[in-house]
Amino acid sequence: MSNKRIKEAPITMDTFLKGVWEENPVFVMLLGMCPVLAVTNSTINALAMGIATTFVLVGSGALISLLRHTIPRQVRIATYIIIIATFVTIVDYVIQAVSLELYNALGAFIQLIVVNCMILGRAESYASKNRITKSIVSALGMGTGFTVALLCLGTVREILGAGTLLGFPIFGADFEPWVIMILPPGGFFVLGSWLLIFALLKQRKTKMEGLARAR
Amino acid sequence: MNQTSQTEQQRSYQNSSAMIMTLTLIATISGLLVVIAVELTRPLIAENQRIAVEQAIFQVLPDAQQWREYRLNNRELHSVDESDDGIAIYAGFNQYGRLSGIAAEASAQGYSDVIRLLYGYNPACECITGIKVLKSTETPGLGDKIYKDLDFIANFKALLARLNSEHSALENGIVTVKHGHKSKPWQIDAISGATVSSRAVGKALNDSTQYLLPRVVDQLAVIKPVDPAQSNGDANSE
Repeated sequence: MSNKRIKEAPITMDTFLKGVWEENPVFVMLLGMCPVLAVTNSTINALAMGIATTFVLVGSGALISLLRHTIPRQVRIATYIIIIATFVTIVDYVIQAVSLELYNALGAFIQLIVVNCMILGRAESYASKNRITKSIVSALGMGTGFTVALLCLGTVREILGAGTLLGFPIFGADFEPWVIMILPPGGFFVLGSWLLIFALLKQRKTKMEGLARAR
Repeated sequence: MNQTSQTEQQRSYQNSSAMIMTLTLIATISGLLVVIAVELTRPLIAENQRIAVEQAIFQVLPDAQQWREYRLNNRELHSVDESDDGIAIYAGFNQYGRLSGIAAEASAQGYSDVIRLLYGYNPACECITGIKVLKSTETPGLGDKIYKDLDFIANFKALLARLNSEHSALENGIVTVKHGHKSKPWQIDAISGATVSSRAVGKALNDSTQYLLPRVVDQLAVIKPVDPAQSNGDANSE
């Protein structure tokens, strides 16, 4: 790694925004689907999961980036997992300290952040190759993208499945909640719909680009 | 040739010692971070748990202003300060410092998983005064009505749990009956569409009261009245 120490590109807004839009972990890379489907049955759960994952991404990214020249290649995956597990354990305790109700709602999915392939993927492909500041900015971007994606699912599922937003009822008493939306199948339906929207957007963009080129 | 293999061997030794060093370093760092996190959050988590227990107790014992924890061990009721073994029994005290009821945990298999709940029992009216579901993964929209449906919750405002004359069992076991068929004060009116979950609540209450009440009710004198002026925080920090 040290033999090709070319000058790194400076940190731009793009370093951050790439994770939010262009390389969105959920809608573009389809990583970390397990929490995306499992804990997005309400807005608050989605938000908490997103923040917890962002914290782990940033913490592990920073530490891995800091140690990138000392970690031998042969044991890098084991090392990354230890570092990620450390931050997950910290998050686990912090959430219990913040709210037991939230902790019970998220259940085993906090511990399961360890095996979220997005985090290990970012450690391997980005944090281990870039400076600490850049890794942190990129991890923040990825975390924001993940949180936004979880919120996209969480709000839609909560509104349709429970008729509430952040626990406050938004429809009249006549509204019959669409319960399936907060059950597991609803997660697949809503994720599928969002992916469809993003695919349509992408298709339109390439079409427009094709037209522009033809002209 | 001998020399090259020797240097190679040396390099591989260096390599593995570097690996061990790195792993040790990282394990130490992560151990340190975890310990710091645990130490910093421990008091907050304990406080959260205390608040959760307190809210549940005050919900199932409407008259309670203070509470203390007791344990039932080998048919003997004693304060939690003496020994931590046994079944947890929470005593609630009214504004005059007198015992207003006891709360205990009950559980039974529901539709998807075990339902755990806390219930309050008032020895004066010999009835259950409220329940609070502590853990349930019942189906949203159906089974979760056991803690959302107000009509169902109203079953537990004064659910009779009177002991028989020998104090060996309940006079009438608590049962869940079909929706709209409640006619006796010891019956629970089931939620239509959530019969399994309703029955689980009834079974949990019946199992727990049949076991606990005959053992506890005669020993209630163990629970001494508390100082009514004392705020609850003080009562627990003793």
